[in-house]
Amino acid sequence: MSRIKDAFAGKKAFIAYLMAGDPDLACSADYIVAAQDAGASMVEVGIPFSDPIAEGEVIQAASMRALAAGTRLDGVFDMVASIKDRMRIPLVFMTYLNPVFVYGYDRFFDRCTKIGVCGVIIPDAPFEEQGEVRAVAGKYGVEVVTMAAPTSERRIARIAEGAEGFLYLVSSLGVTGVRDEISTDLSAIVSEIRRHTDVPVAIGFGISTPEQVKQYSAIADGIIVGSAIVRIIGEHGKRAKKPLQEYIHSMAAPL
Amino acid sequence: MSRRFGEFGGQYIPETLMSALHELEEAFNHYSKDPAFQAELDRLLADYAGRPSLLSYAENLTKQVGGAHIYLKREDLNHTGSHKINNVLGQALLAKHMGKTRIIAETGAGQHGVAAATAAALLGLECEVFMGKEDTERQALNVYRMRLLGAKVHPVTSGTMTLKDAVNETMREWTRRVSDTHYALGSVMGPHPFPTMVRDFQSVIGREIRAQMRAATNRLPDAIVACVGGGSNAIGSFYDFLGDGGVRLIGCEAAGRGLDTEQHAATIALGSAGVFHGMKSLFCQDEFGQIAPVYSISAGLDYPGIGPEHAWLHESGRAEYVPVTDDEAVEAFERLSRTEGIIPAIESAHAVAHAVKLAEEMGEGRTIVVCLSGRGDKDVAAIARYRGEHISE
Repeated sequence: MSRIKDAFAGKKAFIAYLMAGDPDLACSADYIVAAQDAGASMVEVGIPFSDPIAEGEVIQAASMRALAAGTRLDGVFDMVASIKDRMRIPLVFMTYLNPVFVYGYDRFFDRCTKIGVCGVIIPDAPFEEQGEVRAVAGKYGVEVVTMAAPTSERRIARIAEGAEGFLYLVSSLGVTGVRDEISTDLSAIVSEIRRHTDVPVAIGFGISTPEQVKQYSAIADGIIVGSAIVRIIGEHGKRAKKPLQEYIHSMAAPL
Repeated sequence: MSRRFGEFGGQYIPETLMSALHELEEAFNHYSKDPAFQAELDRLLADYAGRPSLLSYAENLTKQVGGAHIYLKREDLNHTGSHKINNVLGQALLAKHMGKTRIIAETGAGQHGVAAATAAALLGLECEVFMGKEDTERQALNVYRMRLLGAKVHPVTSGTMTLKDAVNETMREWTRRVSDTHYALGSVMGPHPFPTMVRDFQSVIGREIRAQMRAATNRLPDAIVACVGGGSNAIGSFYDFLGDGGVRLIGCEAAGRGLDTEQHAATIALGSAGVFHGMKSLFCQDEFGQIAPVYSISAGLDYPGIGPEHAWLHESGRAEYVPVTDDEAVEAFERLSRTEGIIPAIESAHAVAHAVKLAEEMGEGRTIVVCLSGRGDKDVAAIARYRGEHISE
């Protein structure tokens, strides 16, 4: 199984996010492999949730489409299992805490390990609330990624010191979604993080163009693109493979 | 300040908001001990909201039922017509002391939204209210009322377009603009410190009940009954009595069209443990942790979760929770109107319905206090519809 750190080995990482089950699970399996082939260094697989409070409209809509298509957590596990042997890059889940909590931490992380998912990002489990998750995830060798935000300020030191896998730096205020301009002084935050940890830092939220990739990869160890990819899949549905690969290639190439 | 009630509560919220929650907790800790702040809040509650609210003996209803004495805690007589004003005056005043210039709020039927818009108007704050699109159509009058008070109302079109989605959208808005904005959450739910803070602002209800029952009957009531959506009027009524083991505390949740149907909002009866809207608590959800669409005739009880302190009071056995159906609530709505000349909010009618049953069971010589959390003017058109009559507001 690949580890999160492999994505950052010797290069800047391009991390692609897509929603499992949008438009259906068979396509998701196909698109994850396609993202790998187009140059992604890691894929975040979104688990659809009825009430994704950290997401903007694009990912909210994808979540609703996936649920309406009948996507269930067991199906997501099976889908990832089906491509396990083809994956050379690390896979992580991005999920709200409730689906994990209700499924049962042991059961969830046991399945993660078996299907090759090496990390989990939980936007509604801030540092203080991760203890119960980490206690179990650790047993199964799954890393719990912590997020830092422009508002974290005094919290940065503790977040960074406790970070594992990679540290997900939220570029700006608000929810996920494409932004033309990001005004936060991210390099100052990254420097502050680096005073406390060697764990790689990847920047996400609002990144959609190769220019932004160039700009932020100069500051951080990796960049994360979600809404722009989800939008392509939303537009092209079952025929998104080609435009998806072209887009990811254009974004990952400058790295 | 403890972040949890037993295993329930916590701060399950995006990192972007964590500093704001810490700032809020510090401010609340500071001002709740500040005599000048408390004096200012007490003055607003007395001179503006009309506290203390009355405690009325429901003599006709008591006679008709022929059991325990029923008393009504008249939160319906507060300015804006419900207990919601207690909380928003506290939070809006706190926001102002924190240097915030804008409050945002979610609302279901519009009671909390109207209260928030009112407090904002009084204290000179900007106010924006998020309300499910479906609710803006069902409660058009309250939408206009909020606008009249100077608030901006955003119809929420995500998800099921009801209260839970309004909460989602208000949280999203708070992550977009957090430095000058306070989220005036309307119930004892959400991430810490909201459940504790809102409870403290609402606990004036129970303190008044204690004093007023002492004056009226020279002893404590045998039971206190209140409706529960998120649970703010219930916890406000219960809190002062948690240490009085002889006082039964009973929350009434919405059973909608019945517990054997899928159309209910009976979180305690049929929900299970989960993590949602910033808190670990009990929720109506499916086996994969997807939050279930819920239903009640009462928009104020139409919520898939319950405040974490209620989940804890249920688990510890200190409080009891019972389901009350639409039919029972509507019957109680009409009965209280006719017997006492008081039109209760349909939410509060759930508590009245159970109090009547309880009065029969407990029998003469016992006393029950019902928290009449709001007035029912807002519900008249909906109840008429329920009875097959169509009237325009």
